[in-house]
Amino acid sequence: MNKITNHQLYRLIVAHFAEIIREPAVIFWGVIFPILMAWGLGIAFTQKTGVHAKLAFVRTEQTHDGQKSKLFTALSECSIKQDSSYLVTLKNEKLGDSQLSFFETSSSNAYRLLKKGKVSVIIEDSNLGSKYSFDPSSQDAKAAYQLAVDFEQNGSKAKVNSQESIVPLTLKGSRYVDFLIPGLLGMGIMMACCWGISYTIIDRRSKKLLRRMVATPMRKTNLLIALITARFFMNLAEAILLFIFAWIYFDVKIQGSVSALIILFMAGNIAFSGIAILISSRTASSEVGNGMINAIVTPMMVVSGVFFSYHNFPDWTVSVIQYLPLSMIADGFRIIFNEGGTLIDVWREAVMLTTFGVATFVIGIKTFKWY
Amino acid sequence: MIEAPYIVEVRNVKKSFKDVHAVKGVSLTIKPGEFVALLGPNGAGKTTLVEMVEGIQNPDEGEIFISGMQWKNHQYELHQLIGLSLQETRFMDKLTAYETMRLFASFYKLDAHRVDEVFALIGLEDKKKAFVDNLSGGQRQRLALGVALLNKPQILLLDEPTTGLDPNARREIWNILLGLKKSQNTSLILTSHYMEEAEYLCDRIIIMDKGTILAQGTLAEILALGGGHRSLDELFISLTGRHLYE
Repeated sequence: MNKITNHQLYRLIVAHFAEIIREPAVIFWGVIFPILMAWGLGIAFTQKTGVHAKLAFVRTEQTHDGQKSKLFTALSECSIKQDSSYLVTLKNEKLGDSQLSFFETSSSNAYRLLKKGKVSVIIEDSNLGSKYSFDPSSQDAKAAYQLAVDFEQNGSKAKVNSQESIVPLTLKGSRYVDFLIPGLLGMGIMMACCWGISYTIIDRRSKKLLRRMVATPMRKTNLLIALITARFFMNLAEAILLFIFAWIYFDVKIQGSVSALIILFMAGNIAFSGIAILISSRTASSEVGNGMINAIVTPMMVVSGVFFSYHNFPDWTVSVIQYLPLSMIADGFRIIFNEGGTLIDVWREAVMLTTFGVATFVIGIKTFKWY
Repeated sequence: MIEAPYIVEVRNVKKSFKDVHAVKGVSLTIKPGEFVALLGPNGAGKTTLVEMVEGIQNPDEGEIFISGMQWKNHQYELHQLIGLSLQETRFMDKLTAYETMRLFASFYKLDAHRVDEVFALIGLEDKKKAFVDNLSGGQRQRLALGVALLNKPQILLLDEPTTGLDPNARREIWNILLGLKKSQNTSLILTSHYMEEAEYLCDRIIIMDKGTILAQGTLAEILALGGGHRSLDELFISLTGRHLYE
């Protein structure tokens, strides 16, 4: 008689899991969307991008004997003339090609173009030499200036920078995509728990289903444990699919310990499940829930270094940011993925996340409104 | 165990929410096998009273005994004893009727066998595999009733079980309830807006307004009050100056 399939915890987990996977949109938002995001961002920030510099080219009337200036000689030899522009492409395999557009115009018009931001450098060219005018505080203008000088001196042989000394980082674990994937895995846990668990609870409360369920001999904690468990398995499936994609497409590899990764993954789920229970412990209004979830999720998405390192923030903020749950998950994942980390390197994060999750769960359940 | 004369005994119960006195000192008793209707307009305090009997709300004052037991120290026993349906409960949309019933059955440690019995009882066997959000209003109400009947409750508390249903769907639910009365001597407390529901189903009618009981008795007794009214609505107007439906 005491078959497991009659047990309330089993029934609750099955019911919640069925509810998740029977919503077709879940497959898109939970599985396909993160993969698309990884693909888009991974591609966008992995391509070599050269500089595209726009310069105004003013020829002054100091030429005599029909002699051409050095820059004008270089331009006549290796540029494509298009209307009044000379287009130059400087090849660079390691850094990506650079484009230079020299726009031939009058002196007064050149300054107008500069003010509008259409060019960043003005070249006043004569056979006595070229004069470069630009804003020294602009990085773009400086880069354009350096490219143009190089081109003036070396023509098509301009090398942009000495290429021999450049070693492009294509080592596994040091590319942007290696930074991104662990961050996305962490963000996936946060989003799925906060939206999935909190929203389900708020919805149940507003439908009076919570009230109906606690009017039976159901154990209240079983309901919450079942919600968290069903969500955990869904998160695990989503994370595995995202990883498989990153592995096949970008050759992202787990260099460290897989068991440490699993432990940290579980700790992350516990942390955000606890937060989700706390968020949804009282309100029956989805508008209020929406606001609360956003208030928790959005700041972490921005500052916790999912997409870009938080070490660019001021130092005093970094000391706080690094202890945010999402930061701990993302940093821990990165240590395991990219630095060959094991449990010794991430146990502190795992313990803190678990403690945090258990604490928020307990506070949540103490203040929980069942009806 | 000595057979208590009353299955439900409510003694001078009061309940307020912030400034609203929802129930202002109500007493009533219900005998085993008795069907009682709580009739009254919206805001009369019917739902609050029923929810206190169900153990969902705690009374501010007064006591409630069910089979001689109180909620504060016999929660487990009382959950086994009662079956209920709330006003407009909505189950999980993406579960089938059968899965919903299995889920609630598991709370009472009941197996698939009892679930099948209940499906037969509520006449919803052909909808077992339908998702809850594909059921009609009447089918959902029957499912809610089925969930209430899983544990063979001695007392049923139904909050507006037929609101929004067409006359046929309503009559189907009434017949299920009358069948239970015959076969299991179940007691029933039912809240309703519908006089004909109270007339058709119930042995006794309690009319509530503004948190108090205005009148109670059999239909004939109540109509005789204040000298022969033709209907409950007419009686209600003479008692309060308002319609029962308001």
